[in-house]
Amino acid sequence: MSKKIVVFGEVRDGELRNVSFEAVAAARKISEDGEIVAAIFGNEGLEEAANEMIYYGADRAVTVQDEKLETYTSEGYAQAALAVIENEDPEGIVMGHTAAGKDLTPKLASKLESGLISDVTDIEVTGDNVVFTRPIYSGKAFEKKIVTDGIIFATIRPNNISALDRDDSRSGDVSSKEVDIKDLRTVIKDVLRKTTDGVDLSEAKVIVSGGRGVKSKEGFEPLQELADVLGGAIGASRGACDADYCDYSLQIGQTGKVVTPDLYIACGISGAIQHLAGMSNSKIIVAINKDPEANIFNVADYGIVGDLFEVVPKLTEEIKNLKVNA
Amino acid sequence: MNIYVLMKRTFDTEEKIVIEDGRIDDEGAEYIINPYDEYAIEEAIQLRDEHDGEVTVVTIGGEDAEKQLRTALAMGADKAVLINTEDDVEESDQYTTVKVLEAFFEDKDVDIILAGNVAIDQASGQVGPRLAEYLDIPYVTTITNLEIDGDTAHIERDVEGDVEKVDAPVPLLVTCQQGLNEPRYPSLPGIMKAKKKPLEELEIDDLDVDEEDVEAKTKTIEIFLPPEKEAGRVLEGEIDDQVKELVNLLRNDAKVI
Repeated sequence: MSKKIVVFGEVRDGELRNVSFEAVAAARKISEDGEIVAAIFGNEGLEEAANEMIYYGADRAVTVQDEKLETYTSEGYAQAALAVIENEDPEGIVMGHTAAGKDLTPKLASKLESGLISDVTDIEVTGDNVVFTRPIYSGKAFEKKIVTDGIIFATIRPNNISALDRDDSRSGDVSSKEVDIKDLRTVIKDVLRKTTDGVDLSEAKVIVSGGRGVKSKEGFEPLQELADVLGGAIGASRGACDADYCDYSLQIGQTGKVVTPDLYIACGISGAIQHLAGMSNSKIIVAINKDPEANIFNVADYGIVGDLFEVVPKLTEEIKNLKVNA
Repeated sequence: MNIYVLMKRTFDTEEKIVIEDGRIDDEGAEYIINPYDEYAIEEAIQLRDEHDGEVTVVTIGGEDAEKQLRTALAMGADKAVLINTEDDVEESDQYTTVKVLEAFFEDKDVDIILAGNVAIDQASGQVGPRLAEYLDIPYVTTITNLEIDGDTAHIERDVEGDVEKVDAPVPLLVTCQQGLNEPRYPSLPGIMKAKKKPLEELEIDDLDVDEEDVEAKTKTIEIFLPPEKEAGRVLEGEIDDQVKELVNLLRNDAKVI
């Protein structure tokens, strides 16, 4: 049965996040040839973003423009989102499982008195059911869930459901909706940028991660250089965070972030079960560790037994050469 | 201040997951307080020590959750509430949990509710924001710093690595992120005192809720383990050659660079 699905696009630093396109692809699966309506909120550049969503597979788009929507807030975005949902009356809603997605969707689910399946990594339609797969216990196991009552509402984990190819010959209606965004109770006073290049861990295709073996804050520098040539992000094990070599926001594991990049390079990480829970579903894992007995080698596709301070700079050089020659 | 903490008991992070008859086997598994809820309990205790008042830790579950509630009391919480749904609710999801909590909080005078930003088992992160919505109070998720000054909470929150500074009015609900504080271990006197602190047990009947009111909106139809990751190749030879070989493998075999 075909269904109409609303997809919330998410703009970060003036650009739509890739997970928004993945959400369109997810919506396509759920919709079974139903209509996909993209919703974009913000203060400027909305039409461009709306068209971008259409190039990636949405049929049409609705924008809500307001200066109170310049930055994401749960209250502001919820007002815009509910106005769109009320107007469209969709059978399903999809959004990325990002900071904003995690913050906004539960509020909407309460407003809609609906279920919500968070952090979905796969979707299949079997008979009348849309079956969502999601990790539990930080990826130590997976569950398949269905919605039994009400709207089909899900957030999808970045990097798991492939976006469709961009096709700028596609076109669709872009309409703007007036919403009177009421005053917000929570007020953002300031944002301190700590992420340097905007590559977010949860969305990064490549992660270079350091453990206790990195030995100091400065020890992360060669890892950063490797991440830079690969266009990747830096991660860390709990050991490195506890030892204060880096910020907790970089921690990957059962406490911390769960990541599934295409390439995960673990440097000086022993591979405790809590850490493996956060990264073992990465597509390709490389381990660099002095200790040949380190548990990380048990999950690595490729391993180098050696001193990370020797291996990592050489790896960076080699990849640089490759990129120059390419 | 009336301070409430939402707590969940979870598998210890060291536990391996075993599936038996389509369910997760908890035979012999060690349970802990969800690590993110520990930050919430610690923050609640610090708030009480600074502003006076009372910390009540609330959990939904079965009899066994009493152990984690006692631990929270031993850390310094004043009261604990166990909402025992074991006999009444067969299938539950986040909707169920929040509906039960909504009923619990209906007649409570709340200044702040603290919760973990996510539980390490189901990891939906839904319960906090959903509950705030039902109680019609603002919420701030993934907080890493909290100061309450009169009717305003000055908060820092983690947004994918960046720090957002937010002001929000009290009463409110916050969910706690790693880095907020260093949760204390229960002291021996704390453990002794905890035995005498009030632990109230409620069932959903006591909250004036019917099973139908809290019926889940979603259902788990299957649980499975990911394919076992096989150990791959440990490269050999001179480091320079290994690095060249690795780059070649990543480029041509794995096609990830």
